[in-house]
Amino acid sequence: MRMPSIPERLAKNRFNLDDEECHIEVNQEIAKATGSGKAIVACCAAHVYTEEPDETISVEYAACLECGACLAVAAPGALRWHYPRGGFGVQFREG
Amino acid sequence: MSETTDPDFEVIVVGAGIAGCVTAYQLARQGRSVVLIERGETPGSKNLSGGVLYSSGIQKIFPEFLDEAPLERRITRNYIGLLNAKSSVAIDYKDARLAAPVNAVTVLRAKLDAWLAHRCEEVGVVILPGVRVDRVLTEKGANDKRVVGVQAGADELRAHVVVAADGVNSFIAQEVGLRRRPPLNQLATGVKCVVALPRETIEARFNLTGDEGAAVAVIGDCTQGVAGGGFVYTNIASVSVGMVVRLDDLTAKGRVLTDLFDHFVAHPFVAPYLEGGEMVEYGCHLVAEGGLHMIGELAMNGMVVVGDAAGLTLNTGLTMRGMDLAVVSAAAAAETINSALDHADVSKSGLAGYRERFFASYAGKDMKTYAKAPTFLELGRLYNNYGEILANVLYGAFNLDTEPRRHLLSVARRALRHSPVTIRQLVSDGIAGARSL
Repeated sequence: MRMPSIPERLAKNRFNLDDEECHIEVNQEIAKATGSGKAIVACCAAHVYTEEPDETISVEYAACLECGACLAVAAPGALRWHYPRGGFGVQFREG
Repeated sequence: MSETTDPDFEVIVVGAGIAGCVTAYQLARQGRSVVLIERGETPGSKNLSGGVLYSSGIQKIFPEFLDEAPLERRITRNYIGLLNAKSSVAIDYKDARLAAPVNAVTVLRAKLDAWLAHRCEEVGVVILPGVRVDRVLTEKGANDKRVVGVQAGADELRAHVVVAADGVNSFIAQEVGLRRRPPLNQLATGVKCVVALPRETIEARFNLTGDEGAAVAVIGDCTQGVAGGGFVYTNIASVSVGMVVRLDDLTAKGRVLTDLFDHFVAHPFVAPYLEGGEMVEYGCHLVAEGGLHMIGELAMNGMVVVGDAAGLTLNTGLTMRGMDLAVVSAAAAAETINSALDHADVSKSGLAGYRERFFASYAGKDMKTYAKAPTFLELGRLYNNYGEILANVLYGAFNLDTEPRRHLLSVARRALRHSPVTIRQLVSDGIAGARSL
């Protein structure tokens, strides 16, 4: 079986996208100073985070699988991460 | 707000996973008014597990569980192995006794938890799906603060007791100081794909008949030496393939999680199991790995914490448990809350029986028995060296290359000499393993 790419994998999941509220926010200065930027990029199964050429971290919150690994590895203050609003985000059909 | 104000419910349960549903069900069966708040669109839609549920505990709560719950397969085959790049060494334990009575089943949580929530509704639990609890409502008491309810958006709900069953990240238990942010070596992240395959194909590939199931668990090259392991669990018409890696080791080694996962599913040990399948879902989940040392306070004035939210998971090296501990903690919490409501004392001391009940149970005793397991499982040699050493010993025994054979002991000494592991380390690891597992 050819393993699908990450975007292809995510396309198999059902998401209710919240257009109004983004549940993730990176503090670029702290993320850079503490190395948390690279750590959250590396631990995310959904590739929510991307390190841009200028070393800032961009966020694709719609892809989030809501595990919380990024919050665990990030230094205090580097990341604001909570769950999406009720009814939004990934909705597992298998689990 | 004081005790004279009538609360909206006697008990608010936050989170419709296994721990939350069992707590709500047990309390509602005793005639308590219970609301179960779930942030997913429907109960189960945010929930994910590797997939093996040791089911004797939940069968006591729901006698109809095996016949009526949406279960996948009954595990009769446990395959536990050390995986290298080109070899693997394993114990393949198959036993019909594991099916009669049933000991463990594979589950898909979106389906199972929806069933559990339906059972809750049948006994009168009010379910509020699609609602995220934003914070806990507290009041200053005479000596200490107490939890009096929760806030979700603009709405406030009040109850005598709030149950935090909101999973491993438990924001609400952290908010009131019932749990601290765990150190990174106590956390792992799990990634899982569900791959659909015809049931006959699964039965042929895993040597199963009927609703028999297999649980394959390996350590070593599956995570490319990062502390953790990989698994392949059989469902009825799909397999759950995934890995769990410790976050401190992943970060320290500078590895990318998805690279490890892609390596694992393409590994010659795993790929043949998945051949011809279609990936139908991709998910991940944080796993508490601290065992006993991760359990902090379980109760405060007006609130208890159950299941993953309480850090109740147990990796014994052979069995990976969490869902069965959630059931036991939920049953212990429900019994305690019911009695506390009877005595009109939902203070920390009124709820203290929860901890006693949990640690008097088999699950609580198991947490103590395996208290040293997390430290043992931090040994890097488990993931980097022992698989190769064992395979080299067996290669020496099986590879009849026209050289005269040596005694196995001599082959083993040579294999050890060619590895970075010393005899002293081997002996010390062996003793540590025997003591902690």
